[in-house]
Amino acid sequence: MPAKAGDKQRQGQSGPSGGKPAPPKPAKPAYKRRDEDVSTEAVEVVDEAGNILVKPPDQLELTEAELKEEITRVLTANNPQAPQNIIRYSFKDGLYKPISHVDQMAIHFSLNGNLIPKDSDEGRRQSIKLSTAAEKAPVETSATAPEEAAIKDEERTEDTQAAGEGKAEESGTAEAAEAADAEEPPPPAVKERKLANQFNFIDRPSWTPKYPVRDRACQSEPTPCKTLSDDINQWVIHDAYVEELRKREESKEKEKPKAQSDEINKISKAARIVERMVNQNTFDGIAQDFKYFEDESDEFRDQKGTLLPLWKFCYKGTRRLAVTAISWNPKYKDLFAVGYGSYNFMNQGKGMLLLYTMKNPSFPEYIFRTESGIMCLDFHNDYPYLVAVGFYDGNVAIYNLKKATSQPSYKSNANSGKHTEPVWQPCVPKVKWQKDDMDNNLNFFSVSSDGRIVSWTLVKNELVHTDIIKLSVEGTTMQGSEELQLQTLGCGTSFDFHKKIDYLFLVGTEDGKIYKCSKCYSSQFLDVFEAHNMAVDSVSWNPYHSKVFISCSSDWTVKIWDHTIRTPMFVFDLNSAVGDVAWSPYSSTVFAAVTTDGKAHVFDLNVNKYEALCTQLVVNKMKSRITHIQFNPVYPVVVIGGERGFVVTLKLSPNLRKMPKEKKGQEVKKGPEVEIPKLDKLLNLVREPENKTEE
Amino acid sequence: MADTGEGKKEESDYKRLHSFPLIRHTDMPEEMRVEAMELCVTACEKYATNNESAAKMIKEMMDKKFGSSWHVVIGEAFGFEITHEVKNLLYMFFGGSLAVCVWKCS
Repeated sequence: MPAKAGDKQRQGQSGPSGGKPAPPKPAKPAYKRRDEDVSTEAVEVVDEAGNILVKPPDQLELTEAELKEEITRVLTANNPQAPQNIIRYSFKDGLYKPISHVDQMAIHFSLNGNLIPKDSDEGRRQSIKLSTAAEKAPVETSATAPEEAAIKDEERTEDTQAAGEGKAEESGTAEAAEAADAEEPPPPAVKERKLANQFNFIDRPSWTPKYPVRDRACQSEPTPCKTLSDDINQWVIHDAYVEELRKREESKEKEKPKAQSDEINKISKAARIVERMVNQNTFDGIAQDFKYFEDESDEFRDQKGTLLPLWKFCYKGTRRLAVTAISWNPKYKDLFAVGYGSYNFMNQGKGMLLLYTMKNPSFPEYIFRTESGIMCLDFHNDYPYLVAVGFYDGNVAIYNLKKATSQPSYKSNANSGKHTEPVWQPCVPKVKWQKDDMDNNLNFFSVSSDGRIVSWTLVKNELVHTDIIKLSVEGTTMQGSEELQLQTLGCGTSFDFHKKIDYLFLVGTEDGKIYKCSKCYSSQFLDVFEAHNMAVDSVSWNPYHSKVFISCSSDWTVKIWDHTIRTPMFVFDLNSAVGDVAWSPYSSTVFAAVTTDGKAHVFDLNVNKYEALCTQLVVNKMKSRITHIQFNPVYPVVVIGGERGFVVTLKLSPNLRKMPKEKKGQEVKKGPEVEIPKLDKLLNLVREPENKTEE
Repeated sequence: MADTGEGKKEESDYKRLHSFPLIRHTDMPEEMRVEAMELCVTACEKYATNNESAAKMIKEMMDKKFGSSWHVVIGEAFGFEITHEVKNLLYMFFGGSLAVCVWKCS
C-alpha cells in the first residue's frame, strides 16, 4: 500500500513536470540529468527553440482548455485508509464505544540512518574526537555533512515540486550537482597508503635447552627456647644477698683451713706415732729379733753365717714394678728410699719413689709417683731430705721430702740437657751427689747409656748441666779418628766417686769395661779396665781402702780391683748374673752380692778368700729376681730389693760381721787404722805371687 | 634515738654490703655473662632513680652487641614468666633492692 501511494505521488509529480515544458532555459540541465530515464521513451518532441522535448508514452493528450483548467486539491491530514469505525470496550463506562480519534499517520518507508546532524551534541562530540584522529576522518565527516544537507534539500524541493512549481526542481538539481561537485574533490586528498607485504618477513627462532625444574626445601630448626618464671620482691632479693654473703664467708673460712690442716698435721703426727706403736706391737717379734737376736748356732757353724729375714716391705702399687735402686738415708738410719721402675726395656711404665722406715713396715713414709720409671736415686749427705732421682727417660729430678707436694722440686727437661733417649738405647742414668761446688751450689753427677757423664748444679731454681765426659769406646782416646769416637759412645751403667779423692771416679759400662776418670780431663780416661764380658751392673769403692774397688757384672762374676793395677785382685764366680754388690760399712773385707737366682752372698775376705760365708736363698719364688742390696750404715742389716716390688730386710748373723778379735786381750781397735792394713794384707797375698811370677 | 641510729647504720651497712651484683640465674656463656652483667651494673648506676631509662639503655646496648631482640625488666618487685632463647638469659640482683632480668627472644 505505501508503495502504491508512492507511485501515485510520483505520478503526481511527473504529471506537472511533463506538462510544463515551457520554461526552456532551466530545462536543459534537467533534461541532461534525466537522460537515462528518458532514453527508453520513444517520443521525442522538438520545440520551437530547437530543443528536443521528450514526451512520456503514457502522457495524457489534453486540450488547451483542459490544460488551463485549474484543479483545486486540498491536502488534508486525514488518512483516507485509516478505519473510521473502531470500537473498543471501555472499562470506564462498562460498554463498547467507538473510538473518536484514529491515528492518521501512515508510514510508507522508514530508514534509520547513521547520519548525525552536525550541530547536534553527538555530532560535535564526534568531530572533536575525530579532529585529533587521522586526516581522513574530517574529510569523511565533511563529505557526509553536505550529503545530509542535500537530502534535506531534496525533500524540501520534492514538497515544493508537489505543489507543482518547476523552479524547485531546478534549484534541487543544481544543489545536487553542487553536492556532487563537493563530493568529488576529497578522493585526491586521501593519499594512498603503501601496503606492506604482510607475508614478507623472516622468523628465526631458537630452542634453548629446557632445564628441569627442581624443588629444594630445607627447614631451619627453631632456636631452642626455655621458659623461666619467678616472683621477685624485696624479701627475695634480701634473702639472696644474705645467702650469698653467708656463702662467701664460708668460702673464706675454707681458705683458712690451711691453718686447720696444720692442726690436722699435728694430729697426723700423733696418728703416725700411734701407727708406729701399733706396728711395733704387731711386729714385736721382728723388732726384738732386730735388736737383740744373735744367732747362737753360728758358733757351731764354724765360719759360716746366716741371714735372718726381718720385715718385708710392700705397697700395693708396686707389685708390677721392680726395685731399681735402694739408698739408706745418711741421717735417719732407719729410713731408706726405694726406687721402682722396670728393667724390662720393652715394657716401661710409670715409676714410684717410696721411702720406708723400719719402724713402720706396713706403709711407706713418703710416696711419690712418677711418670717414668726410676732407675737410680741418691740421698744428699748434708741435706738428707734431698733425693736425686734418675729416670728411665733420661731426666733427673730432685725430690724434697720437706715439701708435701708429689711433684719433684726440680726436674730437668728436654731443653736443659737431659740424657738423650734414643728408642733403641735405653738410658740408665746413675746419680751421685757430690760435695757442693765452689759457690756452695748443690750438685750431683749422672751417667747414662748415652755415654755422657753430666754434672748437675742446682742454681736457684734451675738445674744447670755440664757435660763432664763422654765415654768413647776407644779406651784412652787419641787413637782412631775422632768421628769414630763420637759415634761409638760407651753406655755407662754404673759409677762411683772415690771416697777421698774428689776428682776420681769410676764408670762401669754396658760393654763390660770400667773407666777410671777424672773430672779434670773431659777428653780422656785415666785408665780402662777390661773388667767383664757383660754389662757392669755395679761398681763401688771400698769405704776404707782408697785403692780398692769392687765390680760386679751379669757375666756371673764379682771382681775386686786395685785401681792402679789393670788385673783384678780377686774374682768370684757366683753361678748366676750378679745384680748388685755392696761393701759393708763396718769392715773393709766384707761385701755382699745378690744374684738373679734369688740368692744373697756375703763374703768376708778376711775369713775366706774363696767362698762366701753365707749363700742364702732370699726369695722363694724363682721368678722374682733380686736386683739390689744395700747395707745399713749402722745396723747389721741389709735391705734387698727384687722384682715385683719385693723389698726385705735381713739381719746378718754374728759370723758375718766378725770383727778381728784380738784373742790376746788387746784393745779392740776400730776404724780405718785397722781396716786398711787388714785389706792390704790380703791384697799383698794376692800381689806377691804375681810379683813372684813376674820376677 | 640510739635504736634509729643503729637502724640507720644497719641500713647503710646493708647497702654497702649488698652493693655487688648477684647473679640469680643465667645460662649465658662466660664472656657474654660478664659483659651483660657489667652493662647492667653500669646502667643501674647511671640511672639510679629511673629504672625505665636503665632498662632502655640495657636493651639498646644488648641489641647492638648481641643482636635483637632483647627484653629487659628492672624493678624492685615483680613477677614474670618469660620464654627466652637458650643461653641468652641473665637474671640478677643489684644494689640490694633491684632485680634485673635480661633475656633475648626474637
